[in-house]
Amino acid sequence: MKMEILKKASRIVISISVLVVIWQLAVFSGRYEPSLLPSPAKVFEGMSELIKDGTLLTHFRVSLSRFFIGYLASIVAGITLGLLLGWNKKVWSFIEPIVQVLRPVSPIAWFPFIVLWFGIGDAPAIVIIFIAGFYPILLSTVSGVGNVDAIYLKVADNFGIRQPQMLFKIILPAAFPLIANGLHIALGSAWVFLVAGEMVGAQSGLGFLIIDARNSLRSDLVLAGIIFIGVLGLLLDRLIKFLETGIEKQWGISRRGMN
Amino acid sequence: MYISIEGASREYFFKGRRTVSLEKVNLEIQKGEFICLLGPSGCGKTTLLNLIAGFDRPTSGVVKINGEVVTKPSVNRITIFQNYGLLPWRSVLRNVELGLESKKISKKERSKIAEEYIELVGLSAYKKHHPAQLSGGMQQRVALARALAVDPEILLMDEPLGALDAMTRMTMQDEIERLWQEKKKTIIFVTHDIEEAVFLADRIVIMTPSPGKVKSVIDVPLARKRDRTGSDFLKIRDRVFAEFELKASDKTEYYL
Repeated sequence: MKMEILKKASRIVISISVLVVIWQLAVFSGRYEPSLLPSPAKVFEGMSELIKDGTLLTHFRVSLSRFFIGYLASIVAGITLGLLLGWNKKVWSFIEPIVQVLRPVSPIAWFPFIVLWFGIGDAPAIVIIFIAGFYPILLSTVSGVGNVDAIYLKVADNFGIRQPQMLFKIILPAAFPLIANGLHIALGSAWVFLVAGEMVGAQSGLGFLIIDARNSLRSDLVLAGIIFIGVLGLLLDRLIKFLETGIEKQWGISRRGMN
Repeated sequence: MYISIEGASREYFFKGRRTVSLEKVNLEIQKGEFICLLGPSGCGKTTLLNLIAGFDRPTSGVVKINGEVVTKPSVNRITIFQNYGLLPWRSVLRNVELGLESKKISKKERSKIAEEYIELVGLSAYKKHHPAQLSGGMQQRVALARALAVDPEILLMDEPLGALDAMTRMTMQDEIERLWQEKKKTIIFVTHDIEEAVFLADRIVIMTPSPGKVKSVIDVPLARKRDRTGSDFLKIRDRVFAEFELKASDKTEYYL
């Protein structure tokens, strides 16, 4: 087990080192202007600058709170509507075409309306995150409810379980593995659009940090911001994966436990 | 009569074509009887069980229990399925509690009853386990405990041992017989295994396919617990074989 972790860590270190070396070689070749391709040392300097003067923490806090408000709203709306629509197939057959048309539209496309409807400040970024998270959660919940094994419903019916208990005791837990999958996908896309949203309409946050660095022609800080966003996104992904396995274990459907 | 099935038929329409999965079944069952519905696939035995359970309704004829026409499922008649129907996200204990949750009893009382029935099927050591961690035989014991915990009058079993290996099957047959004798339930048990039917049933209802109907009813007047290799057992088994024309009919009355 320890060897495994060590091996994995050494692979991460090797792949990142190779990337940095190639990057440094490209800088050494002298074919790129320093403002177009800052050196690794310069970017690391920028990163520590952002950490030390507290800029990163300030923007990170703002981004994270927007992210969680938007993401939680999309969870509540997506699961609630998904349960209702997944259960009522007739209504869903009318709603589905609309959803399928709206789903491929990038949340950023809504930006002009979002500003008109929700003003400026935190709201536009939150709304964009909400839109980004909503569709994957809605669709996975609908399909989760639609795929509940009929035998569970038959058993519950036999034991005299009626609505709304049926929903909470049988349908929601039975649909949970698919819903969790949707939550995971939604988290990724919400994080992507958080940054995009903050780039077009905010005066704070990680997206704004990048725009601000560009405006002051600090390409090293732009890259530093990109690296932070990537690492934080990765950490969030790991966090939800951790929660997912935890809940799956509680549900007794851990993949390792299957025999 | 306790359960009476009067001229019950079930037809399905699929793409405009009519298929009769059960044709004019008449059957009377007494309280406490162990009945096996025996036949090959497509003979309508599961359809008949679903009609008694109330999951399905006959297109003509009626199913009556205690003189009342069956129209919907009831906690008084619990069905046990081949794939157990256990909820994988609940522990054994919580699975057994399921049927007690719609009754007005306290949480403490509920788990006390559940534990009692888990004990009855010999799984006390596994009450915190989840179904996926148990073997098929153990899962079916959980399903039995869950069904018995709500104290139904009738147990309907739809090929409950069909997914088990031969050895486990026999152990479970012993177990089901023991529970039936101990709890005095009426059991209607669907199977396609002739020896299983001869071992368990008071009466075997022989069913044949296309359209599904009852061909005959065979009494099994053997004392319990039955010896699977005894000569009386084999004689009845042979009679059932003959009913299905799986054996050249033998005109001699006695063997030497």
